[in-house]
Amino acid sequence: MQGSEFKKNRLGLMGWLSGGRYGVERYAYTLHRLTGLAILAYFILHIFVTSARVLGEEAWNTVMGFLNSPAFKVGEFLVYLAFAYHALNGIRLVLTELGFFLGTPCQPVFPYSNSVKRQRPVLVVVMIVAAVVVLLGGVDFLRAFPGE
Amino acid sequence: MIEPVSTQGEKTDEIVKNVKFKVLRFDRDTIPSPRVDSFDVPVKKGMTVLDALQYIKENLDSTLSWRFSCRMGVCGSCGMFINGFPRLACNTQVLELEADVVDLKPLPNFDTIKDLVPDLAVLFEKHRSVRPFTLRKDIAELDNPSGEFFQTTDELQRYLQFAYCIKCGLCMAACPTVATDRRYLGPQALTQAHRYNMDSRDEGRDERKDEALGTHGVFRCHFAGACSEACPKGVDPAFAIQLMKRDALKASFGLLRKKKAAPLAPKVTSGKRMEGVPDAPKRTV
Repeated sequence: MQGSEFKKNRLGLMGWLSGGRYGVERYAYTLHRLTGLAILAYFILHIFVTSARVLGEEAWNTVMGFLNSPAFKVGEFLVYLAFAYHALNGIRLVLTELGFFLGTPCQPVFPYSNSVKRQRPVLVVVMIVAAVVVLLGGVDFLRAFPGE
Repeated sequence: MIEPVSTQGEKTDEIVKNVKFKVLRFDRDTIPSPRVDSFDVPVKKGMTVLDALQYIKENLDSTLSWRFSCRMGVCGSCGMFINGFPRLACNTQVLELEADVVDLKPLPNFDTIKDLVPDLAVLFEKHRSVRPFTLRKDIAELDNPSGEFFQTTDELQRYLQFAYCIKCGLCMAACPTVATDRRYLGPQALTQAHRYNMDSRDEGRDERKDEALGTHGVFRCHFAGACSEACPKGVDPAFAIQLMKRDALKASFGLLRKKKAAPLAPKVTSGKRMEGVPDAPKRTV
């Protein structure tokens, strides 16, 4: 029997999106990837927008006027939110990739402990710091609205 | 997540409750479009999902297929998706699930051969690709061993945890990166690469490097941790992968100590055999 005759059962993107009954790190993984893609999309848009400068002052002012609307301010805040999460969670990932907070290999004895549980307090701290950074940034963004 | 069971361990004949098992059915010839079949199973204390499947097969539908062998969490054959989490059917007690309905599906991220039987061929191909065996330069000694290689307890501890893998595929089913990257080696194979890299008797790190550190190797992992949560043997694949990344980084900066393969343990020349201990059997190879 060849592989092609079997039913395909790959989760695809649902593997990212349905965190299911796994731990919070799986949601952190999904959010990290999605925010990474969002920042990449913003970066491409950012290059496109700033390239208006080479078309002259008038084109630049037109684009800036267009972007100076509440909708884009909200969009900017979302990018800031994505950046804050991605950067702080990225620091956690770099530290775990360097072997910090994971413990040392040991003979598995039931009930098993694992490195994911051992580093979970770090994830909680990172999420709290991210929330504080987002809140502080949120206050600053609110000031940017006319009349505030 | 796997939690210890304290009160449901003893088997009795008393039926505790009826549980509905919703099983995803597929057969290339008779059920080409997958469907869900429901079965009511009287559940007793200590009854495992595997026991429930046996009950269904014997009493309700003899065409139901799944794979199993040892019934004690050793062979790694009966991995399936039980109530949204990859588990071994033999290692999961029905009452432990605390549900009146149990959903059974084949392991995701593997093709399905029939009903609850996944095609694990890809798992073994990836496993083979990292050369999961002791690689040494003294091939003559490997081919014709004259003794044991020396290894301390500390050296053993560095890889022992990762050697408990039973190749059940639960980690691969749990991994979100495997879900989108078909060629990603996945937690099972990478953990085994690390297991042998850390073995003091092995010197094959460089030979595994291309595969394990390549485009679809360790750096595809972003520490979702689902593999370690799903592993029924406490192998902690996510841990092995992070340690492998650390070692790869160290090696790239020239900070990883070059490993010299463990030498042969010195022959015992003195001492007296303890009374009642028989001689070792004669060599067969």
